[in-house]
Amino acid sequence: MNKVSDDISKDLKDQPKFTTDIGEKDQDHHSFDLGEQTTLKKIQHFLHGNPTIVPVIILILSVIAFGFIAGGKFFSAFNLSLIVQQVTIVGILAAAQTLIILTAGIDLSVAAMMVLASVFMGKLSVEMGVPTLPAIAVGFISGIATGAFNGLLVTRLRLPPFIVTLGTWNIFFALVIFFTGSQSIRSSDIEVNAPLLHFWGERINLGGFVFTYGAFLMIGIFVFLWFLLNKTAWGRHVYAIGDDKEAAELSGIRTDRMLVSIYAVAGLVVAIGAWVSIGRVGSVSPTSFYEGNLDSITAVVIGGTSLFGGRGTIIGSLFGALIVGVFSSGLSIAGLDVLWQRFALGCLIIVAVGIDQWIRKVSA
Amino acid sequence: MQPVLVANKLSKKYGKVVALDSADLELYPGEVLGVIGDNGAGKSTLIKVLCGAVIPDSGEILLDGNKVTFTSPIEARKLGIETVYQNLALSPALSITDNMFLGREIRQKGFMGSFLKFLDKKAMADEARKRLSDLGLLTIQNINQLVETLSGGQRQGVAVARATSFGTKVVIMDEPTAALGVKESRRVLELIGEVRSRGIPIILISHNMPHVFEVADRIHIHRLGTRLCVIDPKKHEMSDAVAYMTGAKQPPQD
Repeated sequence: MNKVSDDISKDLKDQPKFTTDIGEKDQDHHSFDLGEQTTLKKIQHFLHGNPTIVPVIILILSVIAFGFIAGGKFFSAFNLSLIVQQVTIVGILAAAQTLIILTAGIDLSVAAMMVLASVFMGKLSVEMGVPTLPAIAVGFISGIATGAFNGLLVTRLRLPPFIVTLGTWNIFFALVIFFTGSQSIRSSDIEVNAPLLHFWGERINLGGFVFTYGAFLMIGIFVFLWFLLNKTAWGRHVYAIGDDKEAAELSGIRTDRMLVSIYAVAGLVVAIGAWVSIGRVGSVSPTSFYEGNLDSITAVVIGGTSLFGGRGTIIGSLFGALIVGVFSSGLSIAGLDVLWQRFALGCLIIVAVGIDQWIRKVSA
Repeated sequence: MQPVLVANKLSKKYGKVVALDSADLELYPGEVLGVIGDNGAGKSTLIKVLCGAVIPDSGEILLDGNKVTFTSPIEARKLGIETVYQNLALSPALSITDNMFLGREIRQKGFMGSFLKFLDKKAMADEARKRLSDLGLLTIQNINQLVETLSGGQRQGVAVARATSFGTKVVIMDEPTAALGVKESRRVLELIGEVRSRGIPIILISHNMPHVFEVADRIHIHRLGTRLCVIDPKKHEMSDAVAYMTGAKQPPQD
């Protein structure tokens, strides 16, 4: 008896509370939401607004962790600068890849585009006697053209970028084999005929830290693309297209033209990477960077850029590339087999995409 | 008085399906014209033709008495016909300011703007704030808030503010209250009043009879691909409108 009346009085108490809740909600929907947030939700919201924080945290944690595991050797100036040198090429490819992934696309052909551009630079200047600078220019044009070709296929034929670039990856790779006859251009020949191609591989020593010029160029590319994406209309449109292509179109953005230009800019960045790669590797090898496509996607994804487009930062991809570098360096100094480096990288990718999915639920 | 927008004998076929059968429409300065019709009556095709999303097979559109043709919503918009789409066409991951100026960004003056193409973010934020407060939407505090953090009514407000900001002659609103709750719908109806009071005529497409009857000055009833009649909401009942719409009752002869 008592229990029943308790229940009733509780019901009565609940009733008015319920209606005032509705009133508050209508008056100020947003602040009502904030009042209901748990700590986890707050973290989710924070990460949603600051997508670069996750890779930064992972980078710092992994540097600390490998400092403990691998000891002082990991923290040596030589090793830390070696990591930066090692991620230079993947970093540049990741910068180009970020532009494509921000549009909700994906580019499986970036590494093949890069090798093709480097083949043009090497072939023309070393074997055909073309002055180095025009040869490099041809390489740049090759990068822009192959990028724009991808963009045209995506926009004109309305094919998914995944399929288009899966196809062009093979096409570009076949062209590389065709132009080189599977022969590498030797480093010593380049040094004699076109030393300028090795420019970005030159090293400078800053108090024990050894950097290649290419590493600075990579940073420069990221800074430049950051300005492009955040300070210009072009950059805003990249995000708008990835976020909601139809809405972007209705807002007056010529989305097809934009997409072709985005793929072309990515192609140019890749071609710059081609020049840097000759300096880094020394030779031009038709079979080099075969995994560069996937490595660049890995860096972008770990860097917090969403594969569904419209969300992410270019700087995140730099951190993503550095995280990959820190992992492989740390694990190898710690004496782990290469297979465990791959294993760890695989886990990292899945965790990164999982976090992204969770963060995206905020807006749902 | 000369109508701002006239549709003259517009026709559109999809295969054998006649979506528009020489349909007419007139929109006068400063009015809200409600457009209602049963599902499949062709009102959404009519609206798509007026906003440039669909190209008619025949017929003409006059804006301020001049014949106009457009092949995309962008061209219609350049001539001053703005549309607030049912899905609003906003980019949720961009800020309010970015959305309001999407495709029409303001660049910085001088070298920074003309050569480096840098955006004048401050000018855009100031302008966006001004537009929103003009429409009585000051409740939005941070103009650089992401659109996805806004409520449905606030998003509608941003879309309307964008549509009325750039020398607009006509605003077309497609089902602006369909996705909203009671209170938010009320806000949007007030917003329609604000826009009208600033002298911009509105075409309002809605399934919600009470909303149409509340804000419309005239109601265009669409049936079987053409204009059946135009009624004055003060002289007709809602039930009459539904009866005309469905063919249960003959329209008034005037």
